[in-house]
Amino acid sequence: MNPDFTGVDAWVDLASAVFMIVGAIMSLGAAIGLLRFPDLLSRMHAATKPQVLGLFLLLAAIGLQMRTWWVWPVLVVAWIFQLLTVPVSAHMVGRAGYRTKHLHRELLTSDDLEVVVQKAAAKAAADETRDGD
Amino acid sequence: MMQAVLVATAIIFSLAAAGAILRIARGPSLLDRVLAADVLLAILGGALCVDMAVNRHLNNLMLVVAISIIGFIGSVTVARFVADRREQQPHES
Repeated sequence: MNPDFTGVDAWVDLASAVFMIVGAIMSLGAAIGLLRFPDLLSRMHAATKPQVLGLFLLLAAIGLQMRTWWVWPVLVVAWIFQLLTVPVSAHMVGRAGYRTKHLHRELLTSDDLEVVVQKAAAKAAADETRDGD
Repeated sequence: MMQAVLVATAIIFSLAAAGAILRIARGPSLLDRVLAADVLLAILGGALCVDMAVNRHLNNLMLVVAISIIGFIGSVTVARFVADRREQQPHES
């Protein structure tokens, strides 16, 4: 428990330790955000921290600790797939939350989706009346 | 130093998982619970990563890759289900 910071190994260890601590704190921040934020959309903002930045830091810690090169492509694959799939689920959850009114509208600064939803609803109503005739 | 890091991250991850589980138990809507379950999955993946990094093995690496590839399917399915149950509009953009 008395490291001497002379060699490269000790510095790499220190960097990976910092990465692990910060990555864990990202998870803690997400949990605090989940508990304290008022509605679904702001909770989604907090939930993204461990999924992207936290996972990146922890995978980098693995790569630094293993001291090999062949493990890096696997870690990159894991992170790239996380980057590809997290927006999909966030999009679906956010849209479902918007449509089921799980948001505090007074907290929004702008609402671009409302125009689209109203246009779609008007178009659906027009189709309905034309089919009825 | 690595053992101290392991203890510190274990405490932090435990607190984070407790917060996520509390939100799952308390969340006012289904979507809040789904979101908290996603966060809990991310916390689990992070704990696996820390275990691999500290103990210098790669036993769980394929599990982490699989979580990152197919972990989103559950929340997508539940979000689709919620949207179909609550909304009666015939057309969706």
